[in-house]
Amino acid sequence: MSRYLRPAARLAATARTSALRPATASPFLSRAAVIPGVQRRTYADASGVKEYTVRDALNEALAEELEQNDKVFILGEEVAQYNGAYKVTKNLLDRFGEKRVIDTPITESGFAGLAIGAALSGLHPVCEFMTWNFAMQAIDQIVNSAAKTLYMSGGIQPCNITFRGPNGFAAGVGAQHSQDFSAWYGSIPGLKVVSPWSAEDAKGLLKAAIRDPNPVVVLENELMYGQSFPMSAEAQKDDFVIPFGKAKIERSGKDLTLVTLSRCVGQSLVAAENLKKKYGVDVEVINLRSIKPLDIETIIKSLKKTHRLMAVESGFPAFGVSAEILALTMEYGFDYLDAPAARVTGADVPTPYAQGLEEMSFPTEGTIEQQAVKLLRL
Amino acid sequence: MFSRATRLTRTLPVRVAAARASPVTASLARRTVTTNAASAQVDKSSVPQSEDEPFHVTLSDESFETYELDPPPYQLEVTKKQLKQMYKDMVVVRQMEMAADRLYKEKKIRGFCHLSTGQEAVAVGIEHAINKSDDVITSYRCHGFAYMRGGTVRSIIGELLGRREGIAYGKGGSMHMFAKGFYGGNGIVGAQVPVGAGLAFAQKYTGGKKATIILYGDGASNQGQVFEAFNMAKLWKLPALFGCENNKYGMGTSAARSSALTDYYKRGQYIPGLKVNGMDVLAVKAAVQYGKQWTEEDNGPLVLEYVTYRYGGHSMSDPGTTYRTREEIQRMRSTNDPIAGLKQHILDWGVAQEDELKNIDKEARSFVNEEVAAAEAMAVPEATPKILYEDIYVRGSEPDFIRGRILDENYYFKQ
Repeated sequence: MSRYLRPAARLAATARTSALRPATASPFLSRAAVIPGVQRRTYADASGVKEYTVRDALNEALAEELEQNDKVFILGEEVAQYNGAYKVTKNLLDRFGEKRVIDTPITESGFAGLAIGAALSGLHPVCEFMTWNFAMQAIDQIVNSAAKTLYMSGGIQPCNITFRGPNGFAAGVGAQHSQDFSAWYGSIPGLKVVSPWSAEDAKGLLKAAIRDPNPVVVLENELMYGQSFPMSAEAQKDDFVIPFGKAKIERSGKDLTLVTLSRCVGQSLVAAENLKKKYGVDVEVINLRSIKPLDIETIIKSLKKTHRLMAVESGFPAFGVSAEILALTMEYGFDYLDAPAARVTGADVPTPYAQGLEEMSFPTEGTIEQQAVKLLRL
Repeated sequence: MFSRATRLTRTLPVRVAAARASPVTASLARRTVTTNAASAQVDKSSVPQSEDEPFHVTLSDESFETYELDPPPYQLEVTKKQLKQMYKDMVVVRQMEMAADRLYKEKKIRGFCHLSTGQEAVAVGIEHAINKSDDVITSYRCHGFAYMRGGTVRSIIGELLGRREGIAYGKGGSMHMFAKGFYGGNGIVGAQVPVGAGLAFAQKYTGGKKATIILYGDGASNQGQVFEAFNMAKLWKLPALFGCENNKYGMGTSAARSSALTDYYKRGQYIPGLKVNGMDVLAVKAAVQYGKQWTEEDNGPLVLEYVTYRYGGHSMSDPGTTYRTREEIQRMRSTNDPIAGLKQHILDWGVAQEDELKNIDKEARSFVNEEVAAAEAMAVPEATPKILYEDIYVRGSEPDFIRGRILDENYYFKQ
């Protein structure tokens, strides 16, 4: 079983034992102890892997970047005294003070614009939207004031800003709070857009976003905040960043390429395990990590191996991330396809409140599995 | 400090005086601040011989109207040299705009082109009140500001002509010009206001004692985000000098047809306001100097209103005559022109002789003509992928490639 699918309880136990290990253990020695083929749990223990929730990973990323650069500050609704609506900014006010952790009024267009102005002036703001749904009030500022200014100025006016917050649907919050904006921001020249899945993704991508001199949109996922993942010793360091535009192969396989992002990565991994168990097929799962730029190279390389491709995402189907991936697959990889590429997306419906209906609106492990079975003619 | 009673005693005499002086003024109560561009006075015997020796100008008591604020001093210190420089700056801005007008009609300028003819005193007066280290951000009617912030005429005209050596390398066009301390040139009406508040925020954050001049039109003043910016600026005491350039019309909709309260200087509600004669460059300078001092003393933001007038249409495609009368335009041009007003002062006060001003006019005209010629001689950006795709992202931080119209046109940064 993949290390990503271990029950949280077992992971917690792992983390506890690793935490008890003497801090002086040389990371070099630990690395030397890694033997290929040995169970990952051993590897994890030996190399100081700890369990992190995505929330903690984001929090650590923010704290480290605030620590390292005075120009970095975070502003948004309830980020300071309330400790963050989703507690991502917990304790940051206590640690860095109200100059650098700033509660704003509920005024998205205003504070996004203000943050952009501060970025144009040379600061490196992290602008939190309580959810990306509310950022629609500010999307003009993100697109017109942040993304386009460098180009419009002929390269003389950069805008180093990070916009972040939870994206996509949550549980039972209704239509206005359940939208995925990956395709929206992914279509804008001048923006970089990332969407983390695991704790390592979250930390590495957010830190890279804050350091990147361009405007970066970080699309987190509320349903992932509380999920735990093992975090490697390397990722726990304060200089850990994940480069943009590089996808990660979370599970390798030879029969089908699943290209996915954010929460759907976990679902795809479960579906892949089920497909292995039931049908003995090996599914490769690619975690995009970065939406813009998009790592088409990794996708096509995988396709050349598996000859079949399926995109999985939770956004609305029309003109979405999956549509883009399928189009690119046809453009770059048509000759390698043994079957038409397929996609699993959210349904074309405003998200309903009732649980049963909500479940029908977004990909589940079952939907992914079902579509894969169909594609592979199992 | 800001009690209603105090405010009334301050503002009342001006209004009463105005009403007494002319019943016509009283009927135009919406614009009680004068737009007379030559209303200041000087004791002629106090004008020194030397170009650099300061003397005092007394502004008309109708230069300002205030809201919850003591008016700026009506005495303004100037030198002959400064007055002549202001005159020259306004003449250059006007000549530049007239050149743009001509080039547009010759079909050499593409797209939108919004000219500020008639509004020169605002851009020039502001620049003469602040330092290069202060920040300015404005709307799309930005040519005069770009010039006053240090952009050259040739780079501005070059940009309008879409040339490689234009101020934004031919990437921005008429509405998007940037320079040191000048943050555009913004095309989305009102969006620059919270961005400007962010510039002020950064000043406060870094502890620099600077002022931020944030400009928007009377049309933009009804955008919600303007009020969002006001709120945060007041809440956090940002050194922001919001300024509504009230030229009476947002495109073709008059202030009275768009705004429930046309006293734009009062629209900060909890922010003190200052209405200024925006046709008088000296009043603008006095007001902004006062505002700069106000923000430097950590008093928080101000909302200014520069009462001004645009002679031309909203943009080049608008003749500007369907929503206002030709007589109105003619009256403003002939009686309230900022350049003619300052010229009259300079002559009356013996700051310079007519010949010298004529010389300035002539020099400005030939200077702008030369700059326009230089701009026309500039090369257009080479139509190559390298130039098309540069500066979408900060150099060195680009993705591996940018997609073109077809796959074959994809541009890889590492060749």
